[in-house]
Amino acid sequence: MSSRAFVFIIPVIIIAIFWAMAKIEYRNNNDPTRKGYFERNGKVLGIAFIVLVAFWTLFLVGLPYLYMIVESFHPQLPPSKRGGPDDILTIAQYQSFVLSKHTEGINWLHISSLGFTIFVSIVVTALNFCICYPLAYYMAQAGAPQKVRLLMLCLIVPYWVNEILRAFSLRLLLASKGLINQVLMWSGFTDVPIDFLGNNTGLYVGLSYAYLLVMMFPLYNAIESLDKNQIEAARDLGAPWWRIHKDVVIPYAKPGIASGCTMVFMLSAGSLAAPQFLGGPRMLWFTAIIYDFFFQNFNWARGAAYAFILLAVCIALVMLLLRLFKVSLGETIR
Amino acid sequence: MNSKSVMRGMIAFYIVLFFLYLFGPLLVMSVTAFNTPSYPQAYPFEGFTLDWFVKLWNHRAMMDGLKNSVIIGIGVVAIAVPVGLAAAIIMNQIYHRARSLYYLVTISPLLTPGVIIGISTVIFWKDVLGVTDFTKEVFYKGIILTIFGQASFVSAYCLLIFMARLTRFDRSQEEAALDLGASYPQVFWHILLPFLKPAVVSAIVIGFLSSFENYNTTTFAILADKTLVTVLAGEVRQGTNPALSALAVIIIGISLAGAIVFEVLKRREQQKADRAQREAVMAERQEAVA
Repeated sequence: MSSRAFVFIIPVIIIAIFWAMAKIEYRNNNDPTRKGYFERNGKVLGIAFIVLVAFWTLFLVGLPYLYMIVESFHPQLPPSKRGGPDDILTIAQYQSFVLSKHTEGINWLHISSLGFTIFVSIVVTALNFCICYPLAYYMAQAGAPQKVRLLMLCLIVPYWVNEILRAFSLRLLLASKGLINQVLMWSGFTDVPIDFLGNNTGLYVGLSYAYLLVMMFPLYNAIESLDKNQIEAARDLGAPWWRIHKDVVIPYAKPGIASGCTMVFMLSAGSLAAPQFLGGPRMLWFTAIIYDFFFQNFNWARGAAYAFILLAVCIALVMLLLRLFKVSLGETIR
Repeated sequence: MNSKSVMRGMIAFYIVLFFLYLFGPLLVMSVTAFNTPSYPQAYPFEGFTLDWFVKLWNHRAMMDGLKNSVIIGIGVVAIAVPVGLAAAIIMNQIYHRARSLYYLVTISPLLTPGVIIGISTVIFWKDVLGVTDFTKEVFYKGIILTIFGQASFVSAYCLLIFMARLTRFDRSQEEAALDLGASYPQVFWHILLPFLKPAVVSAIVIGFLSSFENYNTTTFAILADKTLVTVLAGEVRQGTNPALSALAVIIIGISLAGAIVFEVLKRREQQKADRAQREAVMAERQEAVA
């Protein structure tokens, strides 16, 4: 059987396991008042729910991901040769990430690009946490309700402008003829315009700007549910303000912080727009490499392999950090 | 007391700085939309013009892209809202041990980079639809693939919206209806769905918006077609053009109007609730006196 067709078997096995688990559960739970699924929802609705969810989880989520992974273990072939004798399983695409074909040496270009992408994403995540935490705390604990609603609205409005236009607006601001350089030169701070886009300042600012809200809302939600009395008590006991945050607020809001950080990190590592429009000419973003494999080299197999590498590295890093800070994944995505 | 006012001043300063960061770039961009030079500049302001809005209106590719974006948005909402609802209901009924795995699967599109969703959608459907010439001819299109790709994560948004609302559902309403002889499907149509109506509305709005402004997934899944956002990306890559600023001004205007309407409606609702409560209190008092 071809390896691609094998992908379709995997979900069937998983569903069978689920079904078996349900049967066992049903047998162990001999509760006559418990209704079966179809009894509860009726035949028509029950089937409709299952069909909808199955279509989503299988055809829009599970199968495409698995298929992409399988594709990455295949050679790049013209369409006529696909499924032919040359279409064997191979790790050539992954090898090409580590070893360069041209120089026979280690593929530093792509490895360092991945490292750079991860590094920038971590910096941006930390930056956004520092920018958002005070406002999230203020809105959740200190501000008057009327004011908070207004602030909330002010936060959301810029987010209706899409990512591309926001990147464009930053480019206008940071360009060598842009307003910031005009102000800097007028005030005598510098004589020649500073190349904010060339030295990657634009990249950091653009990514931070793009995902500000993604950090804000999980933080706000987490801090909001903290009982005000706890802060009050800490203050009465004489704790200075920084200790209140360090020992009361932050430990309480840890799941929210973790979820905000995870989202911002994943989004910036996988972002395409900000690096494309705000990055310097010499920097190479990892998704840009994937983009080029697809649209310039038409090497889908290698693009898929790189996409999988990116996903695997990001997930591994997130898991590691969550473990380090002792937060469970289940708490985070809630 | 003095340190308190210093603290308050610092907080105010920080909030001003924060919103300057948030709005500054958009404000500067908006000014460039009304300035005459063909390089978008905010200062010096050389003359007021509306030409860039006319240019925008006559931009064929952008208008075609806008049409595709709307079609895709409607398609995505049509898939994602029912799927999200069904997924949320199953989440509530699924037996305990399977729930965490089910949760992980349904939420995974939110944690997957959009680039990867786009790529996997294209690779998968190209082979699946390529099985027969007919399906390849009819269905292997950028718009359809984009709908599939975006629906995968928009459904997850919808699921979260419905789950949040469902946790506040009062089970006793359901039981009362059942005791009065309603069937389970009747409970769904006449009690659960009306209760979920606000969630349905916000799922539609959020789903449409996140589809409309998506770039990462779309740029792969759209193939040879165009959406507004991919046209925009092409324009930005080529250079700078005040017509883009004009588009941003329109979008900002619409969203400001939307926000104001939302705020007014919310206030009116609040007032109504307050009045009802006051009346109830008064009536109770009168009853007590009588």
